[in-house]
Amino acid sequence: MKVLMTEYLRIDLETENWECRVCDHVIGSAKKSYKEGLLVNNRDPREIHPPILDPEKYRFTFSPDPEWVRILEFCCPSCGTQVETEYAIPGHPPLYDMEPDLPALKAQWAKRGEQKTPVVGPAVAADKGHGH
Amino acid sequence: MSEKTTQVASKTPSAEDVALIKKFLNDTTLFLGPDPEIMQNHDLMPRSAEEDAAMKGISDAHTVAKIRDRIQAGCDEGYEMVEQMGAAPGAKWGDIITGVYSASGDLAIASAGGVLIFSALVHHPIKFIIKNWVNEPTVGVREGDGFIHNDSRYGNVHNTDQSMILPIFHKGKLVCWVASTVHEGENGAIEPGGMPSMAESPSDEGLKMCPFKVVENYQIKRDILTFLQNSVREPKLQYEDMKVKLFACLRIKQRIEETLNTDGPSALIATLRTTMENVRAEVKRRVSEWPDMTVRTYIIQDSTLRENCVVKINCKLTKTGDRLIFDFRGSSPEFTNRATNTIVAGLKGMLAQVFLCYVWPDLPRGQAAFAPIEVITDPHSIVNCSYDAPNSQSLMSIFTGFTAGQHAVAKFLYSCPEKYTKVHAPTFNMINTFIWGGVSQHGETLGNLCADLNGMGGGARADLDGEHALAPIFATMADIGEQELNEEDVPFLQLVSKKMTRDAIAPGKYRGGQGYTMIVATKDSEQWGFMTTAQGAKIPPIQGLFGGYACGCYPLSKVKGVDVYDVLQNDPSKFKHSIEEIMNERPFEGASYSTYHMGMGFEISKRGELFMISQGAGAGYGDLLERDPAGVIRDIEEGLISQGVAERLYKVKFDPVTLAINQEATAAARDEERKARIARSVPYAEFIKTWNKPTPPSHLQYFGCWGDDVTKLYMGSADKFRDASTPRPNYMTHPKDVRIAELEARLAALGAMGGEKQ
Ligand SMILES: [Zn+2]
Repeated sequence: MKVLMTEYLRIDLETENWECRVCDHVIGSAKKSYKEGLLVNNRDPREIHPPILDPEKYRFTFSPDPEWVRILEFCCPSCGTQVETEYAIPGHPPLYDMEPDLPALKAQWAKRGEQKTPVVGPAVAADKGHGH
Repeated sequence: MSEKTTQVASKTPSAEDVALIKKFLNDTTLFLGPDPEIMQNHDLMPRSAEEDAAMKGISDAHTVAKIRDRIQAGCDEGYEMVEQMGAAPGAKWGDIITGVYSASGDLAIASAGGVLIFSALVHHPIKFIIKNWVNEPTVGVREGDGFIHNDSRYGNVHNTDQSMILPIFHKGKLVCWVASTVHEGENGAIEPGGMPSMAESPSDEGLKMCPFKVVENYQIKRDILTFLQNSVREPKLQYEDMKVKLFACLRIKQRIEETLNTDGPSALIATLRTTMENVRAEVKRRVSEWPDMTVRTYIIQDSTLRENCVVKINCKLTKTGDRLIFDFRGSSPEFTNRATNTIVAGLKGMLAQVFLCYVWPDLPRGQAAFAPIEVITDPHSIVNCSYDAPNSQSLMSIFTGFTAGQHAVAKFLYSCPEKYTKVHAPTFNMINTFIWGGVSQHGETLGNLCADLNGMGGGARADLDGEHALAPIFATMADIGEQELNEEDVPFLQLVSKKMTRDAIAPGKYRGGQGYTMIVATKDSEQWGFMTTAQGAKIPPIQGLFGGYACGCYPLSKVKGVDVYDVLQNDPSKFKHSIEEIMNERPFEGASYSTYHMGMGFEISKRGELFMISQGAGAGYGDLLERDPAGVIRDIEEGLISQGVAERLYKVKFDPVTLAINQEATAAARDEERKARIARSVPYAEFIKTWNKPTPPSHLQYFGCWGDDVTKLYMGSADKFRDASTPRPNYMTHPKDVRIAELEARLAALGAMGGEKQ
């Protein structure tokens, strides 16, 4: 059985691996951080959050300061889908952000049965008001 | 809470001795400070004998539902009264709450509208009153009494929020409490408006009211009222809103009495307790549906509001079975002389909003929804500060703490089939607004803020973009108010108001909702000024979700040496309607144009000078290359993003004149970009070899743990730190002294100190 863990990641409970939901690539052991099986790019935040004020003229520009923060972009090595971003202080080790308890996950899903598509959750519908 | 025991070599005192020592200490207490037994606990009080008996007597769920709805309606009625009659801007825009509390002080039922965070926090002062004043012969708690409170060290968020608390009696017996809380603003602090970022100790923060009696026989005591009025900048507001809160409480009291008369006290007591216990049990059930997992995240505060530095809010969220544990250890140490610290109850109150507003909005609003969730912090940290630390800007830490919680929770919710809302990227979390004060065009002394703080951009959701300028994270049903109404009372105009700030984006498959521009200029007063209190001018204060990006940064811009009202009169075409145009084109000759971080201390303004800021965007969700090209074009059409940025980031190919999308070219450009990503990225193991550093970078003043080691808290540099469990003072130098030292060093290097004697 496979559990859909994020927009782009699932865990195969039998093989205990992280997999890419876009291209089915096996990313790595679910006993470790999925990030270990991804590629990383150290992105200058000004490329994503462009300066609105002229950087030649001003100290603050609406862009993050690239000396203060970087965007770590994690992508699938097979399909290039951007699986995760992490706004990180330069040199700060990337976080082991999702560490599931696999035996507990197996026990929980044994009772549920596999879900091929994620549950999105309730939509907020416009109130039609009171009428007769 | 258990008695603290200290191991000593001498003999252990007997139980009799311990009782005697305790009595002696109680009888000779010199000061009733905040009680850790109350302040560190956010769970429900144990079920009392009266509650137990009452619950056994009521087996009918319909009776409970009927009474709950009546009390709920009463709370909503009280809320409406405060909102309609309250004088504080915060009251008009919903920064209020009303509620009914159990006899033990737990909030059972709260108004449907308003600032829900109070719901998790006003029980503390009530418990203080119960513990200290009920049996105190010089105080007492009697029918007709009312108590006031605003010192957050005894409960609640910060001391701009004032509560009125009334005990409700039935036939001489206390059955419950009612309370009404409003963000009043002014409180006599060192800066106007009630949230001084200049405060360097609690003594700079204005009125600090521990819970005390201001109402007897349902009348406000005039002597105490006068003292309170004399302690703040807005004496009329102080009086008016105390009356409004009192009468709102009395209306709720009336509704409670109607219930007491029809159903009796047992039915009421049983309803309050059953509501809380049911919610608490339901929360544990819902948590058990989440995957057992640990999620880690951190959010950075990039300033103390006085200076830029790197302040970490570290969060590890662990779910095991039906337990959910927020572990904030490793977050920054408290600042001894900066106001961004929070007491831990404030953090918990805000975390409760993650659940009540964004995860389980269907649950009855009250204290029970967060009661079973656990929180761990380091002592004397920025999220659990001491009595001696200033906390008037606690919003900075509770909001970033909220975002850490919201970010972590989303990673649990994705796989959980049982959902009550959609998975949600972090909402923008800073109060980007103008706080203002001075003497108005009508000669009134005022100190308060623009409700634009309520226009935070919403985070993207699993299948939808975020909403623009939606709501503050602490009150999903608050309003941003009518600027034109505000301008009748204050001597400044928002020359640009509620115009979306173009290119201040949070990209993703679904993009974050954006924020709008505010450009203000004083017009009709020589004694009027502004301050801004937000972080995030150098580092975004949120994180993106599942490959989406966070927002960018939001600075303060000023234009001085211009009277823009003269420009508008004489040559209106010179005025531009965006920060981008005004700052880059510099249309006013002779004016000076400058940028700053968002922690502007109170500054007197001159007529026609511009202060310009923008509200922020919520975070994006998912890989931006998956964004529907039509959504990108819509954003261009709506002025949210410029054509160049849209094409460069989203790789959408379109005709620049007609905006017609070239679908094939777009698909090809996106495929190419995915390949380019793979080409420019490196495997994780290789990446961390050069990226990971053992200590914080030397060019940043860094506060908090580094990496996984949460036992070592850095305090400004790699060689200055404390043991997480051992508090140490953490003083910051006055930014002006820092600047003077820099300039003196330059003078000295030039040999230009002029032989000044030292
Ligand atoms: Zn893939």
